[in-house]
Amino acid sequence: MQVFFSIGVDALAYGMVLFIISIGLSVTMGLMRVVNLAHGAFAMIGGYIASYAARDLGLGYGFAIILAVIGTIIIAIPLERFLYRRIYGAPELTQVLMTIGITFCVIGLANYVFGPTLKTIPLPAGLQGPVDLGFRTIAAHKLFAIACGVVVALGLWFLIERTSFGVKLRASVDNTAMAASLGVRTRIVYAASFALAVGLAAFGGVIGAELLPVEPYYALRYMVTFLVVVSVGGAGSIPGALIACLLLGAIDTTGRYLVPEYGEFFFYLAVIAIVWVFPRGLLGRAK
Amino acid sequence: MSAPDIAALQPIQAARPWQRDLIGVAVILAAAIAGYFLFPDNLALLTRIIAIMLLVLSLDLVTGYCGVATLGHAALFGAGAYAAGIAAVTFGITEPLSMVAIGAIAGAVAGLVSGVVILRGHGLAQLVLSIAVIHLFHEAANKASTYTGGSDGLSGIAPDPVFGLFEFDLWGRTAYGFGIVLLVLVFVLLRILVRSPFGMLCRGIRQDPVRISAMGASVKASLIKMYVISGAVAGIGGALNAVSTQVVGLDSLSFTNSAEALVMLVLGGAGSLYGAFVGTIVFMWFEHVVSAANPFHWLTIVGALLIAVVLFAPKGLYGTAVTLSQRLTRSGP
Amino acid sequence: MSAVFAVERLKKSFGGLEVTRDVSLSMAKGDRIALIGPNGAGKTTFVNLVTGHLQPNSGRVLMGGEDISRFNPMRRVRAGLVRSFQVTRLFSEMTPEEHIGLAILQREGRSGRMAGSFRAMPQVMREMRNILETLNLSALATVPVGEIAYGQQRLLEIALALALRPKVLLLDEPAAGVPHSDTFLIENALAQLPDDLAVLMIEHDMDLVFRFAKRVIVLAAGEIIFDGSPQAVTEDPRVREAYLGSYVHASSAA
Repeated sequence: MQVFFSIGVDALAYGMVLFIISIGLSVTMGLMRVVNLAHGAFAMIGGYIASYAARDLGLGYGFAIILAVIGTIIIAIPLERFLYRRIYGAPELTQVLMTIGITFCVIGLANYVFGPTLKTIPLPAGLQGPVDLGFRTIAAHKLFAIACGVVVALGLWFLIERTSFGVKLRASVDNTAMAASLGVRTRIVYAASFALAVGLAAFGGVIGAELLPVEPYYALRYMVTFLVVVSVGGAGSIPGALIACLLLGAIDTTGRYLVPEYGEFFFYLAVIAIVWVFPRGLLGRAK
Repeated sequence: MSAPDIAALQPIQAARPWQRDLIGVAVILAAAIAGYFLFPDNLALLTRIIAIMLLVLSLDLVTGYCGVATLGHAALFGAGAYAAGIAAVTFGITEPLSMVAIGAIAGAVAGLVSGVVILRGHGLAQLVLSIAVIHLFHEAANKASTYTGGSDGLSGIAPDPVFGLFEFDLWGRTAYGFGIVLLVLVFVLLRILVRSPFGMLCRGIRQDPVRISAMGASVKASLIKMYVISGAVAGIGGALNAVSTQVVGLDSLSFTNSAEALVMLVLGGAGSLYGAFVGTIVFMWFEHVVSAANPFHWLTIVGALLIAVVLFAPKGLYGTAVTLSQRLTRSGP
Repeated sequence: MSAVFAVERLKKSFGGLEVTRDVSLSMAKGDRIALIGPNGAGKTTFVNLVTGHLQPNSGRVLMGGEDISRFNPMRRVRAGLVRSFQVTRLFSEMTPEEHIGLAILQREGRSGRMAGSFRAMPQVMREMRNILETLNLSALATVPVGEIAYGQQRLLEIALALALRPKVLLLDEPAAGVPHSDTFLIENALAQLPDDLAVLMIEHDMDLVFRFAKRVIVLAAGEIIFDGSPQAVTEDPRVREAYLGSYVHASSAA
């Protein structure tokens, strides 16, 4: 029972971190139809900035998070402007090559600037140690990650379902040409959602640093994990992404607890099985 | 132009590809001999380039000719390498040609398995499946350490002399010659394949799969067939690597190896066997020089190279050269 | 009468919406039938049901008496049911020669051969040249399709279908996208189709329909409301209502 509970909490925390990082990817893929393999690189950049701010500059955790989100968006803007815009609507192979090129560059530079070692982001006192829930205690930072995931999910739901930006975004996802002819400035919607996606990735990278440690190969190591969330959940679907994250979080965590000697074997096997059964995603729309 | 003119043109059209193939073989042999005399101390590197060339050729078959985007192609190469290595170390099959044959068969089987899996999805799902496949193979090889040596790699592969005559020497001369012969054989067979009706069918699949099925041909069955052939080619490359280096490492089954093969293919120009050659040579020679100078920056440079190719030479080096020369000959007379 | 092709009581609904209700028709060798109908009549759904890209809720599709309802699209083609596309689907980097060569080899079950070339097969070359000659495409035989004019691509689309030697040919708006001044090219090509081939043409261009078809079928709201001679179709009150009614409705809505 204790094991079951631990697996449950870990899986939920891991799933929520996955969700925060991947949801932006899902939205931009649904919107711009760009297979963005570099999405994990943005989460990694966020992690590095936060680590630098909190550990080397001694800034507070909250401040480090804000700095990470803003810093990553600032880094991403020229990339969107000069590289991503060239591949909107391009064949998939072109998109794969471009974004994997960006990933390799980011890894190489991170390796050069920060070295190959793991970077930690010191947690504030409030998030260290366990929290007593009355019947169980769980690590505070995991609880924090779960709470952040819930807040992000609700916030996104509100943004997309209840605001005028959300209306424009949904219209653009459904039919970009139609939305443009109705006066939606799709270019701005594109840019805003790209920034939102990158910012969320950076946020998730910082929040999840305890579970997905920040190191140069981060962007490559979790590439398939983030992509599979979108693929399984269906591009552009928030509930789909949430279900996919919780499912994958559960599978990965259970595997680590029960059969650690097999590494990620069962995780990838599950990925293949899920995509095999749902080639269009759990809640994906038929093309 | 009237019909008789077309008929008169026909024999020339039919003869030209064969002449080009002969020139191709001659160029490979000339380059091989030049490499032997120019870089006598780097024969091991040249042999590795040949092995990787086979991987890139194999990738070209599914990506360049059939249009399947995959980031998991090293699975086929690694399967060939491990099969040849395990055959030698565990089962004592050390005859090099048998090892290559075993590598080809294992590669073909791996090609069948990953083809069936990868072709289940389209677009993003296909890509995700391909990445999952290479990781799955990697984890499996890591776990099966009794046979594969796990993360330490599989060592102690000691192939017999080729035909009992040519011993694998310290300088890698035999391995180099062995590799060149394999490469030329594979090249000739693949030229025949890509020009055959089946090759034409596959090019059609890349350009419009819906039309192919409206002609009554099975897209999926054809792609899986091509995957099996591609697997055999990659498996030969893997086996060559095992025979020549006498070790097999987990890196042969890595995502990075898969991605680099794709980079080489695109750098040279997908959809042309010559493009695969050019891309592999340029990339690997570049890697050799750069990583000797500054290994930290290698990945950055690969990334920048990729972005540059996408932006400035989407047809790759060979493809761009062909387009340029066509433009010159067209505007010439 | 020997029906080479028939559909029996075909029904298809999406959700609660019945798009095809109880459609039956049969075709004999050499038939030249035009299927027309106002927008939203269910023509596209009907084509997809026939080619096997959609499964009907009930009803059957027959070729020469054999039930092919369970066949996938590929097997239907092999059984002799070939279609052309409303928007040309061709291989832009390949030449007309290669298109036709591939189609002939596919028909003969030789498209999977991994050695040789159709250029070295005299009877394939002969047939290919005949087909290209018939459709006036000989001069373009070795030009990549991406570089030839759209009207000629439409002809190649027909040539490709012919090379498969179908028993039944489904032409989905063969003149779509061709300038009106050039439709005679398509018309001439259609006149060259083999006499024993049964052709079902879906078309909007009424001039083409009247010149080509010996029989006209009108589909409206998922039902066949008229099946008869081209002369009688314009006089039929239900047809007039289907077309003019929807026209009146559309203009009042706008």
